[in-house]
Amino acid sequence: MTKPTESSPKRRGAGLNRRDFMIGGTAALGGAALLASCGDDDDAAPAATTTTAAPTTTADTGPGSTTLGSNYSGEKNREALAAAVAATGVETMINTIDHNTYQENFNTYIQQPDDVVSWFAGYRMRAFASKGVLGDVSDVWSGLNGMSDGFRSASSGLDGKQYFVPFYFYPWAVHYRKSLFADNGYSIPTTWDEFKALCDTMQADGITPLSAANDGRWPQMGMFDMLNLRVNGYDYHVSLMGGNESWESAEVKNIFSTWSEILPYYQPAANGRTWEDGAGALREKETGMYLIGTFLTSQYTEQEVLDDIDFFLFPEVNPEHGQDAIEAPIDGFMMAASPDNETAAKALLGGMGSAPAIDAYIAVDPSVVAANSNADTSGYNALQQRSAEAVGSAKYIAQFLDRDTDPDFAANVAGVGIADFLGSPDSIDTILADIEAKKQTYDFE
Amino acid sequence: MEATAASPSRSDLKARRRRSSTLTGRDRMWLWLMVGIPAFLHIALVWVPAGLTVALSFSEWDNLAPLSDISATGFRNYWIIFTIFESDLFGALFNNFVLIIWLTVCSAVGMLFAYLLDKNVRGSSIYQSIYYFPVVLSLAVVGFIWKSTMFSRDRGLLNEIWPGGPVDFVGDGSKLFSFDIPFLDPALGLSKNFAALLVAMAWRHIGYIMVMYLAGLKAVDPSLREAAQIDGCNEWQSFRRVVFPSLRPINVIVVVITVIEALRAYDIIAALNEPRGTDVMGTLVTKSLLGEGGGRVGFGSAYGVVLLLLCLGFIIWYVTNHYRESDI
Repeated sequence: MTKPTESSPKRRGAGLNRRDFMIGGTAALGGAALLASCGDDDDAAPAATTTTAAPTTTADTGPGSTTLGSNYSGEKNREALAAAVAATGVETMINTIDHNTYQENFNTYIQQPDDVVSWFAGYRMRAFASKGVLGDVSDVWSGLNGMSDGFRSASSGLDGKQYFVPFYFYPWAVHYRKSLFADNGYSIPTTWDEFKALCDTMQADGITPLSAANDGRWPQMGMFDMLNLRVNGYDYHVSLMGGNESWESAEVKNIFSTWSEILPYYQPAANGRTWEDGAGALREKETGMYLIGTFLTSQYTEQEVLDDIDFFLFPEVNPEHGQDAIEAPIDGFMMAASPDNETAAKALLGGMGSAPAIDAYIAVDPSVVAANSNADTSGYNALQQRSAEAVGSAKYIAQFLDRDTDPDFAANVAGVGIADFLGSPDSIDTILADIEAKKQTYDFE
Repeated sequence: MEATAASPSRSDLKARRRRSSTLTGRDRMWLWLMVGIPAFLHIALVWVPAGLTVALSFSEWDNLAPLSDISATGFRNYWIIFTIFESDLFGALFNNFVLIIWLTVCSAVGMLFAYLLDKNVRGSSIYQSIYYFPVVLSLAVVGFIWKSTMFSRDRGLLNEIWPGGPVDFVGDGSKLFSFDIPFLDPALGLSKNFAALLVAMAWRHIGYIMVMYLAGLKAVDPSLREAAQIDGCNEWQSFRRVVFPSLRPINVIVVVITVIEALRAYDIIAALNEPRGTDVMGTLVTKSLLGEGGGRVGFGSAYGVVLLLLCLGFIIWYVTNHYRESDI
């Protein structure tokens, strides 16, 4: 492996100092913190390295080799990613780190990253771009075909340059079992009243209408986002996420009062349930519907169940906004600020953004939808086709609460407030006042 | 020593001086190395970072920008955690306080178990293994085990046998009891899920303490107990007056372990995904420092300093107590 090191040593040195500084700082005050911060590096516990060899013909003339930091840690995902990288023809060493570990330690990891790193679009990318730890990949974008403007804006930093190459996305929608709806003669609700009426009917039939999980305090962020998009609209949602609106406003209170209307239809005790357990209840037909990302199907192995899962768009609440917005987090790749081999890194990014790579990925893991519109959709299953349609027809695409706002605010303030609301819906006024007070201590971008 | 002088005290002094001066340069070098290296490591790895943490707690930094971008903010971080995030801070402090009390109770139970097992009950080694088994698991693993097999509302064993229907042991952060404290906004109290966690922690802590006392009890001279019996002590009196005092060295260690475990609690709560109501100081520190947000270093450091002060208080008490004892 050749490692051109023009400017990188200095940067790396600086990163090392800061990092050691931090690790030491936490170690003094909690041994556990040390453990966690050690997990960031290449030696993280469930790590694995896979080298994808390029076809020998390109090895001599090609851009050389590069490295890819990956959070595709599920067995299926790992295999699919290796296939996608192989399709780009760039010799790449893939460094796989457990998905959650990767995310939790990204702040530290990005200071000494691999050349190319997997990450998420939106605010979550922008926050790092504005700190100067990411490389500008605008020239990769100029060579990309089949990426819509929506994806370009989700990949752009505040300075208008692109720092991200989208790979795939998955929408959030209300999932259900077709057979349950057919057997009971339920029809798909499109308005809030129809939705509540359907919930009432299900309850009368002895079915809990809604699977509800919130372990880890992120699953119900999806419900918050959808309600805000439906009640107050996309523009207000973006403004609220950007820290420009008060959480004690009538609009936000309206979200929670609308939410309270469906809490009686929730599975009880959402806060302690993992999203996987919610998926189990839907499979067993104990519950009728489940607002979750399409990654839900990764929980099911039986083909019979997989074929029986469908989704519909979250119903309209406020006619002014209809069903014009959808939540569809985009996953993709970014480049380090000073990669060891920039040519190869950009070649890899360009390859990952093109159709053949995502085609190779989806051939192994068909639970996602390609970002590139040139991708081969002929092999899509019904759910993928529906996902592509749903996102294609949406006027606005939101990412997710923790991707659209300051991640620390999302995790430690908004997510906590939502969990408190589910625990005691009556104290929502106190909870919102608390969120607003805490929000004042953050600097939004 | 051949040098004997008129007054014994002076000769003593002289002898001592001579003894130290008889150390060769080589001896002295080794002495310095053996004291110096651990001292250096300790200062470099513990006190320098602790000092830096204190310094960082008066600043604002996102853990990404160059070090030169760290800006001083005075007491702002402290002001924020004591006034705006006060429900988090005092909730966590209260939970740590509950842990100290609870683990002390568990330690007493561990001692009782050890005392009973030491009586050579039939099959005592079986009981011993059963009680000791959880200790080989890390608390994080204990957390995973209890979360999925015992606490889970849908699948947990406890919920199958719990009278009056399933309980959300993991997520229910409502309070079992609470009390208002003047000038403090949220009522402090023990949340239900933290109470459930306490049970899981007891499962491990009791076994741990039991083993320490078993070792201690084996070292108690049996003739002491015999003597107590002959003098007409009943079981309680012989334990209270004879056995317990002779376990003093173990007691000191157990107190230290118990308090440290209570203050550093983190892993089992993290393993449960830090549900609302179960935060302790350790999780507050890491939430701001690590995690994906991870950008509030000054803030997390301020939490860390609060924890450091608590630990220091205990350490100072322990050290002074320990040295007083060895003087006697």
